[in-house]
Amino acid sequence: MFARGLKRKYGDQEEGVEGFSTVPSYSLQRQSLLDMSLVKLQLCHMLVEPNLCRSVLIANTVRQIQEEMSRDGVWHGMAPQNAERAPIDRLVSTEILCRTARAADGEHPTPELEDGSLQISASELPIVSSAQGQRSPQSSLWEMDSPQENRGSFHKSLDHIFETLENKNPSSVEDLFSDVDSSYYDLDTVLTGMMSGTKPSLCSGLDGFTAATPPPSSTCKSDLTELDHVVEILVET
Amino acid sequence: MKCFSRYLPYIFRPPNTILSSSCHTEADIISTVEFNHTGELLATGDKGGRVVIFQREQEVLVEEQTPDVVLGSILRVLKFSLPSLQSKNQVHRRGEYNVYSTFQSHEPEFDYLKSLEIEEKINKIRWLPQQNAAYFLLSTNDKTVKLWKVSERDKRPEGYNLKDEEGRLRDPATITTLRVPVLRPMDLMVEATPRRVFANAHTYHINSISVNSDYETYMSADDLRINLWNFEITNQSFNIVDIKPANMEELTEVITAAEFHPHHCNTFVYSSSKGTIRLCDMRASALCDRHTKFFEEPEDPSNRSFFSEIISSISDVKFSHSGRYIMTRDYLTVKVWDLNMENRPIETYQVHDYLRSKLCSLYENDCIFDKFECVWNGSDSVIMTGSYNNFFRMFDRNTKRDVTLEASRENSKPRAILKPRKVCVGGKRRKDEISVDSLDFSKKILHTAWHPSENIIAVAATNNLYIFQDKVN
Repeated sequence: MFARGLKRKYGDQEEGVEGFSTVPSYSLQRQSLLDMSLVKLQLCHMLVEPNLCRSVLIANTVRQIQEEMSRDGVWHGMAPQNAERAPIDRLVSTEILCRTARAADGEHPTPELEDGSLQISASELPIVSSAQGQRSPQSSLWEMDSPQENRGSFHKSLDHIFETLENKNPSSVEDLFSDVDSSYYDLDTVLTGMMSGTKPSLCSGLDGFTAATPPPSSTCKSDLTELDHVVEILVET
Repeated sequence: MKCFSRYLPYIFRPPNTILSSSCHTEADIISTVEFNHTGELLATGDKGGRVVIFQREQEVLVEEQTPDVVLGSILRVLKFSLPSLQSKNQVHRRGEYNVYSTFQSHEPEFDYLKSLEIEEKINKIRWLPQQNAAYFLLSTNDKTVKLWKVSERDKRPEGYNLKDEEGRLRDPATITTLRVPVLRPMDLMVEATPRRVFANAHTYHINSISVNSDYETYMSADDLRINLWNFEITNQSFNIVDIKPANMEELTEVITAAEFHPHHCNTFVYSSSKGTIRLCDMRASALCDRHTKFFEEPEDPSNRSFFSEIISSISDVKFSHSGRYIMTRDYLTVKVWDLNMENRPIETYQVHDYLRSKLCSLYENDCIFDKFECVWNGSDSVIMTGSYNNFFRMFDRNTKRDVTLEASRENSKPRAILKPRKVCVGGKRRKDEISVDSLDFSKKILHTAWHPSENIIAVAATNNLYIFQDKVN
C-alpha cells in the first residue's frame, strides 16, 4: 500500500510527460466511481419510473465506497456548501475516469483537459440544472439521505481541481504533477487488489479504456494535506 | 475447426416493422419470447405492447432415425450425449413457423398520481396448458397482467333474417319468408380477446409471472412483492412475499425473478439482486417471508471489487423440467443449483468472462445492468443464454463442452449452417475471432427460448427473431 496524502518530491518521479499517461491512483478512481454513481442516481429518466433494481445496486455501490472511504479516513462528512456546483464537478470526474484511448495518443493532456472539461461542464450545465431543479431525485427514489452528505465532501476535493485548472501558472502546473502515481494499474485490478488488501502487481495490464489519465486530476492528492486540515474542521467527531 | 453447427436459421421479423437492417423503431424491440407447452406456438412480446404468435406448420415427415443421430447432429464437435426423449421410428415434424396472430396486448398508460408513464412494453409472456381448442396466455407489462384467449374461427353464420349479407338491417316489411341461418366455412381467422385483466396489484414494476402446476393459480412478482392470483378472480390477489422494509431508506435488496416449481404447486423460488435464491413453501404460512431454503454461494475474496454485488445480481431463475435443479443467470455466469444443496451451485459456466476487466466501462454505459435470461432444453442436458454482439452460448452439462453462436443476418442465410464464434481475449487474434474491443454492446441477446421437446431455439436479437432448427440428416 502506498502512503496516501504524502507529497512526493518532484525528482522522485519519472521525467516529463510519460507520467501523464498512467492510470489514476486508487483513491482518485474510487472517488470518480463514487461521483459517477451519484450522477447515475440523479440523472435518471424522470418521465418513466426509474428502475428500482438498478437504483438499489448503484446505491449499494455508493454505500460500499463510502464505507471504505470512512475506514481510510478520507470521508469528509457533511459540508453543505454550494451544492449546485457539485453535479458539474461530478461530470468532470466521470469524464476523467472513463477516458478513452483517444486522449492518450501523445497529446499533452493538460491543456486538453482544461478546455475539454470546462467545455463539458458548460454543455452539461443545462441538463444538470434541470435535474437539480426538481426536488432531489434521491428522495424521489426511496429517500436515501446519504448522497446528500456526499455532495459537500467531494465538492470540496473537486473544487480544488477547478481552482488548479483555472490557474495556469507554470509553477502550479509543476505542483499538479508533483505526486502523480507513476505505477501502471488497471482500474479494476487496482480496485480489486485494494479491496482484498493484497498488493496489486505492477503492469497488470493496461486496459484500453483506462489508458489515459489527465494529471490535473491528481490535484485531489496534491491538495490532500490542505484537505486534511479542512477535514478536521469539517468533520463532526 | 471444420465441424459446424447443424442449425438452420429461419429469420422472422414481426409485421409492421418499417426498417432496414441498420435502423429500427424502438417499439419493435422484442422483449420476451416463449414457446407453449407443445412447442406448436411461439409467442413474442415487444416494447410497443404487441404480441406476435407464430405457429408451426403441420408438415409431417416420417423418418426412421436412431437417437444418436438426432442430438448427435446438433454439434458434431461437441458430441452431445444421447437424449432420452426420442425413440426409433419417431414421426419427426420439420415444419416452419409462420405468423399466426398479432394483437396489441398493452397500451401506454399514465399514472396521474405519480405523474409517471407506465410503459406498454411486454415484460413476460407465459402460456397456459391447452385444455380446449383455444389457446390461453398471460402477458404482462410493468403493472398489469392480462389473460388472452387466442381462438380460431373458420365458420360463420349466414342467412340471417333481419340482416343482409353485409350486416345492414333489413326493412322488416321486405321480409316475406323466414329461414334458419346456417354455418358456412370461411377463411381461417385467428382472433385474440382479453379474457381477464389483473390490475392495480403492484406498486413496483412486475418482472416475472409464473403459472402454477395446478393450472388454477399463477403468481406475479415485482421488485418488492409477489402476489398469488386465481385465474377466475381479477379484483383481488394474495400477497405471498413482501420484502419491502418499513423504512425505505434501508432498502438494499430487490426481487429480480420468481418461478413456480414445475410439479409441486406449493413450492416456488425467487431470486434477489444480492445473488441469493429463496425457495418457499406456501403450506408453511400465508406470507412466505421466511424461506424454506436459502441458496447462496460464498463470495470469492480474490475476485472482490466494487462491482461484485452488481454482477452477482441474478437476472433470471428457471427450474429444470425435472424440477430437481434451478438455473440462475448473473452478469457473467450461469449457475446450476441442486435443490438439495444450498451452500453452492453444482455447476458454474462462464458466459463472457472476458468482460470482467471491462466492468468499469460497462458500469458507465449501463450495460452492467442488462438482464439476460437463460433456458433449459427439453431434456435438461443443455442450457442456453445470450451475450453481446448478437452472440448466444450453449453449454452441454454432460460433456462440459460449450459453443458460441451468432444470430445475425449477415452471417446466416436461411438453411445455412451456423458457424461457432470465438472471442479473442488478448494476444494474437486468429482470422475468424473477434476481439473484445470490437464487440457491439448495443447488440445484446437477452431473450431466448427452447422448444419443449425438440432442438428448435428462438433467439431475439433486438428487433429480429431468429428460429434455428436442428438439421437432421
